Amino acid sequence: MMNPEEAVYMDNNATTRVAPEVLEAMMPYLRDYYGNPSSMHRFGGQVGAAIAEAREKVANLLGADPEEIVFTSCGTESDSTAIFSALQSFPDKRHIVTTRVEHPAVKNLCESLDTLTGHKHRLSRLMVDSDGTLDLQKYEEALADDTAIVSIMWANNETGVIFPIAEMARMARERGILFHTDAVQAVGKVPINLKELDVDFLSLSGHKLHGPKGIGVLYVRRGTPFVPFLVGGHQERGRRGGTENVASIVGLGCACDLAATHMAEENSRVKALRDKLEQGLLAAIPHSMLNGHKTDRLPNTSNISFEYVEGEAILLHMDQYNICASSGSACTSGSLEPSHVLRAMGVPFTAAHGSIRYSLSIYNTEAEIDFVLEKMPPIIAGLRQMSPFWKVDA
Amino acid sequence: MWEYTNKVQQHFLHPKNVGEIEKPDGIGEVGSLACGDALKLTFKLDDKGVIADAKFKTFGCASAIASSSVLTEMIIGMTLEEAAKVTNEDIADRLGGLPKEKMHCSVMGREALESAIANYRGLKLPMAEGEIVCECFGVTDLEIIRAIKESNLRSVEEITNFTKAGGGCGKCIDRLREILMATVHQGVDIKKIAEKPKRMTTLQKIKKIEEALEREIRPGLRKDGGDIELVDVDGDFVMVSLRGSCTSCAKSQTTLKEYVEKKLRELVLDSLIVEESK
Ligand SMILES: Cc1ncc(COP(=O)(O)O)c(C=O)c1O
Ligand code: FES
Repeated sequence: MMNPEEAVYMDNNATTRVAPEVLEAMMPYLRDYYGNPSSMHRFGGQVGAAIAEAREKVANLLGADPEEIVFTSCGTESDSTAIFSALQSFPDKRHIVTTRVEHPAVKNLCESLDTLTGHKHRLSRLMVDSDGTLDLQKYEEALADDTAIVSIMWANNETGVIFPIAEMARMARERGILFHTDAVQAVGKVPINLKELDVDFLSLSGHKLHGPKGIGVLYVRRGTPFVPFLVGGHQERGRRGGTENVASIVGLGCACDLAATHMAEENSRVKALRDKLEQGLLAAIPHSMLNGHKTDRLPNTSNISFEYVEGEAILLHMDQYNICASSGSACTSGSLEPSHVLRAMGVPFTAAHGSIRYSLSIYNTEAEIDFVLEKMPPIIAGLRQMSPFWKVDA
Repeated sequence: MWEYTNKVQQHFLHPKNVGEIEKPDGIGEVGSLACGDALKLTFKLDDKGVIADAKFKTFGCASAIASSSVLTEMIIGMTLEEAAKVTNEDIADRLGGLPKEKMHCSVMGREALESAIANYRGLKLPMAEGEIVCECFGVTDLEIIRAIKESNLRSVEEITNFTKAGGGCGKCIDRLREILMATVHQGVDIKKIAEKPKRMTTLQKIKKIEEALEREIRPGLRKDGGDIELVDVDGDFVMVSLRGSCTSCAKSQTTLKEYVEKKLRELVLDSLIVEESK
């Protein structure tokens, strides 16, 4: 196993390190307080107080009421719950508005709805521009009388591009259409105040904000029609059956507290590191380019294409230096085509196959940025020298 | 992460024979940027017709680079006749194996070699003359047929792993299934297939097919005095034998395709192909 101390970890949109404070908060609930919060005895019942406290912390980060917070098993479950709930609440509406760049948790679900439910659905999958942004007019035109729900991500996991959720949610509300946003990548990095928004459902996932894996939240605005996805016990006030994942819920509560504290740092120090990395790479490596809007973007994410080389080969060379990142190339996606996000943006194949996503966190240091800036140019140059398409610039 | 052998990693991190030979005797170029991998192979012969030097330039993932590197190592010192016999399986074997989704990298090596030899001999490659079946990856029917025969492919998924055909928009998949059926029909040694060790997935398939036969299909056939037996399952091919009145029924082929195959596709797997075992 690779020593975690040695990892130069720049893959925080894939998952994040569990904050030491989070781990510490969780431990008692794994080791000592193993009772079931539904039990009638104090040993179990007392655990309920810890869940209530965590619920409050999550609500605070989002500007929501604690009763609007439903704990789930992951971001994917939250997304599924929101979409199925809306479809079941409005059985006569079979139209969904979404985008071409959603995470598979929304994209593949929407594309499989017909087979999963046995009903035909109509999908409006909005195109994005070459910088990954949406056209609000096209969005407005897509909203229809039979639209059951809009599901649009707050920030894109591959490029970090941020969508104008406040405006889009307002436009949906004006037409009485439910609005869901997958905010898995946005929570903790951009300020969110649900009290001021017309968002009905919002998904988040613990492991993207230094909490544990396998815990998520679905925010359900008070008064929004809701049909549970997991039907069982009366947990989560009947909105999600299943004995609570107590330690992870406590951990997520702690992670949300930390996220509120660190949001300023994400948008200052981390952003400065990201900018240094990005500008350094673009300057040092010819035929490289940024994928995604320059400013409407998460402060930690940089997706850069290195033309004429292939992403998996780049990543494995980076791995030799313990540098961890991701790629949108075909070979890394497990399919034969490059990332659907980059293709939707119209990034040419020459560049899509060689895209690398660097995603930072508050645990990254300037020394790490310098290290990556030193290692990347020779890696790309070495692979280009091997590439039949690379012509040395005259 | 892919599970690469040490050999693949070595050849990827420290590739042999990178570059382009000046004034080569043969040049082979395959793949494209759009496809995500491409290989340019050049070689030079000595006066006895032995490959004295070979070099490659590759755009692609680790296994593409490793396949190219090991290929050059293999062919240096071979006569052209020997080199012409190198198969993609040989390349993969020399690397200690490749993940199955990456077999197309070894196929690319073999194709570049062939194309370089053809270039030397002043011949046109037969493969390129076929009809393009998969537009996404520019794969011809001849290439697909060859991969099916050489590597004993038995499902559309395997065709995709080896040739990439079908791995894009998916539009060509029906055509791939047709080619698979047609190719397997012409002279494939059924006994040899039957001896192939069954993988777990096949076992699961058999179980599901048996269940579907028992619950959904036999009752219908028995009403008319017929019956059906599962003889073998190999990849997507389901070999069955019709019994009782079905054997003499003029409509038995229609029953097989319209009823049995349709039901099995519906209940077990979309890609199944039902055949009568004779
Ligand atoms: C935008 C987005 N949505 C959903 C998910 C899925 O979250 P989880 O892994 O918790 O199911 C992810 C994580 O990869 C994501 O980035
Ligand atoms: S044509 Fe074969 S996958 Fe698109």
